[in-house]
Amino acid sequence: MNFVWGFLLIPLLAICVLPFLSMKGKAIAVYAVISSIAILTGTLAFQGLAGQNFALELPGSLISGSIELRVDALSAWFILIIDFTFLTGGFYGLFYMKAYADQPTNLTLHSILFILLHASLVSLCAIQNSIAFLVAWEIMALSAFLCVIFEHEKVATIRAGINFLIQSHISILFLMLGFIWVASQTGSYDFSAIHSYSMTHPGALSLMLFLFFFIGFAIKAGFVPFHTWLPYAHPAAPAPISGIMSGVLIKIGIFGILRMLLLIDLDYTVVGIVILILSIISGVYGVMLAILQHNLKRLLAYHSIENIGIIGIGIGLGCIGLGTNHPVLCSLGFAGALLHTLNHSLFKSLLFFTAGNVYQATHTLDIEKLGGLVKKMPQTAILFLLASLAICGLPPFNGFISEFILYTGLFSWLQQTQITSLIGIIVTVSGLVLIGGLALICFTKAFGVVFLGNPRHVFHQEIKEVPFFQLLPLYFIAAFIVLIGMFPTVFLEMLIMPVQLFTGLHQLPFTSFRGNGLEVLASVSQAGWCLVALVLLLLGIRKLVLRKRNVTVLPTWNCGYTAPTAKIQYTASSFVKSYSKLFGMLFLIFKKEKEVEGIFPTVAHLETRPYDKIEKWLIDTPTTNLRVFLGRFRFVQNGRLQFYILYGILFIVSVISIPILYDTVKQFVEFLKEL
Amino acid sequence: MLSLLFILLAASFFTGIVVRTKSIASGRKGPGIFQPVKDVVRLFKKGAVYSETSSFVFRIAPTIYFSSVFVAMLIVPFGSSKGLISFNGDFIFFAYVLALGKFFSIIGALDTGSSFEGMGASREALFSMFAEPAFFILMGSLALMTGHTSFQEIFTTLHLGSSITYALGVLAASVFLMIAMIENSRMPIDDPKTHLELTMIHEVMILDNSGFDLGLILTAGYLKFALYGAIIFNLFSGSIAVGYAIPLFFAMQAFLAVVVGIIESFMARSRMNHNAQFIVVLSSVALLIFFGALMVSGKFI
Repeated sequence: MNFVWGFLLIPLLAICVLPFLSMKGKAIAVYAVISSIAILTGTLAFQGLAGQNFALELPGSLISGSIELRVDALSAWFILIIDFTFLTGGFYGLFYMKAYADQPTNLTLHSILFILLHASLVSLCAIQNSIAFLVAWEIMALSAFLCVIFEHEKVATIRAGINFLIQSHISILFLMLGFIWVASQTGSYDFSAIHSYSMTHPGALSLMLFLFFFIGFAIKAGFVPFHTWLPYAHPAAPAPISGIMSGVLIKIGIFGILRMLLLIDLDYTVVGIVILILSIISGVYGVMLAILQHNLKRLLAYHSIENIGIIGIGIGLGCIGLGTNHPVLCSLGFAGALLHTLNHSLFKSLLFFTAGNVYQATHTLDIEKLGGLVKKMPQTAILFLLASLAICGLPPFNGFISEFILYTGLFSWLQQTQITSLIGIIVTVSGLVLIGGLALICFTKAFGVVFLGNPRHVFHQEIKEVPFFQLLPLYFIAAFIVLIGMFPTVFLEMLIMPVQLFTGLHQLPFTSFRGNGLEVLASVSQAGWCLVALVLLLLGIRKLVLRKRNVTVLPTWNCGYTAPTAKIQYTASSFVKSYSKLFGMLFLIFKKEKEVEGIFPTVAHLETRPYDKIEKWLIDTPTTNLRVFLGRFRFVQNGRLQFYILYGILFIVSVISIPILYDTVKQFVEFLKEL
Repeated sequence: MLSLLFILLAASFFTGIVVRTKSIASGRKGPGIFQPVKDVVRLFKKGAVYSETSSFVFRIAPTIYFSSVFVAMLIVPFGSSKGLISFNGDFIFFAYVLALGKFFSIIGALDTGSSFEGMGASREALFSMFAEPAFFILMGSLALMTGHTSFQEIFTTLHLGSSITYALGVLAASVFLMIAMIENSRMPIDDPKTHLELTMIHEVMILDNSGFDLGLILTAGYLKFALYGAIIFNLFSGSIAVGYAIPLFFAMQAFLAVVVGIIESFMARSRMNHNAQFIVVLSSVALLIFFGALMVSGKFI
């Protein structure tokens, strides 16, 4: 009980005090609150992972009934991810936000919302009552919205923010419908009611209920085709917020899906197949569009969709394993999904934070204007490179580990199935491999164009590395990326309890990852060490050899051309030109072109803007149609006062007359019946 | 341990035989088969020239590229004797560690700021992306046929008994050979002997590398050939006794080198925009093998 009071009072107090503090005081206070929330919830979460569930029943209100708080292993895993990302992101934000010191009121609001966002996200993991859950969800959605529109003087930011606000409310709508459905049938808002409802109504009804929740949570998670808000919201937000959004905010959607899987008793095979198909599409589609993007943060946002796809593949495999009573597939699927959730939160927040560093130094995110930053910002470049390697799933980093777990699950499934599932396996494997290959194109492009080569644009300000303390949390994240890659078994131990929750649904035998095909992870990490050792050894030899030799520095070879400029470098667009030509029919690329004409050519230009086909079909076309339809009623709003008075009178008359009319009709009908 | 030794030995003459075959086919005498090794030794003795545009990435990229190929080599078994690294699912690690090397060779090329090298990098990234599914589908089918997921176990339990399995074995060998050609940027994807930068892929990526670094990159290329040669050998070796296997291994490597040389002599390089189609065809051949594997294991209903 004391704990809950502490959890509620600390942020509240801070929110009241924050406006009156100085700039420095604010920074310290915000970080103190974030860390105290993290310590409070983190200790509970560690206990939860060790198997001691924290549970507490609050009296609640008349409407909601008693509110149960419970931190089980699944909540604990997500709470730890949230806390870690907020601790690093908050620390990074303290320095990143210094650039906006001339907007004290805006910063105050931002820091209050930052605290609220953290508190609401953490509480979402623990609340077991639908009304309280929706309230926390709404606090989370609104505070995220306000955090996104920090730079609200920009039109694009406001537009992206409102897009996000509307879509997150569509998500809430679906969740609310699901919760109301259960409440109207069982009369209870407790999560256990969802479970009991699904037990008494198996089959299609439970599946429908799950689909409602799934759509609600999938919008937040960014599964294709519900992803369209992501590529707008992430670039618009300040870098710490983008990192946190991509790292944990969208993961709360994943958490929701997993929680509902635990609560609703389903035909898991069907659900698994649906999730698997959606996830493969999300993964491939996300990365395919990411390659085309010219805005660094937008590119990263599309990559979040891709990684949500990979996580989804894990969840789908886990569900299929559960449905077909295949303990290895089930445990590896869920373990892969959960580990990738952590991994993605690490490397994606690192990528967004380094992109923030680039933005701070150059004031642009257009990668066609960047280049050669590795010489000005070497530490940022190394961190970005590390995160890129991890996100491409290359050994010996953490992304490889989670993908390896998924592959192992898939290949274990291979041994005991029939042709339909075999085709499913081949499609999934090819999907995962394609995602990996495409991610490689995307991140060689991003890293190569932004950090390598010559600068493509002359900036008026001096470009320099950000201060050390701003880089400190980034090094911390990087250390975790390497640690998971090098010592995966340690982190896998922590996943046993959460995975047991899922295997326990069908009483599948699962106590540890040993004998599960995963003892090989030790060998995987040894192979990784082997690689690192070999690289270090060779670099040492190379240094020794070159020390005695003649090393000169000359211009790049240009086929004898002697006056090269930065303009002749390959650009991001030209790097992916052959790719975009090959897959052209899948994309929508707007092109503005003025060709070179005449004997004495004047200015020519070419501008391309990639666009999302799904967004066009699913969002743009329906909204334009709706607009056209509603436009037909515009004559009603004609601006004449007389008409508005008329509407008022009409309204009053109808309010009075309709019940009277109803009564008369009713009397008449009864009269007819008597006849 | 055996495989490491033999692959290193095979790598020393593989490219030499390819070059020799090509020269004989074109009516020249050609250099000795150990000339490539001598080239590399000469390069190791030289100093280095670096582009003034390049950064540390350019300097470490060849080393990491070489290490990735070397580690991949440690995974490949020799008959029933395991590679130094061997675990269930090691072929996943194999593919991904090679991809790590590719990542570095691509960003190393981009680091020079040269438009030629950018072009090569772009092509390399795209084509290698296409080749990956073929490898995974092929290994997946072999895993399905044998019930194992590590190179060594797959190859020792792979029994080529019936005529279907022989057909599959030949198909698989040809897919591996084509993957090796793509990985090494050879015909019909890329022509190592072309003189026009615009039509190169791999050669144009390493235009600015010199001395020790270039030596590492070339050695990695030789190793890659012998590596895939060893995989193809393993496909057929099954459980042959070591005494017979060793000469057979070298004969097979030499034979493959001659085949590569003949392919290169009598086949034209495809047009750049046809390469993607060619590589996708490879994936469909791999799918064919997969369905064949289904038939063999009796899972085709």
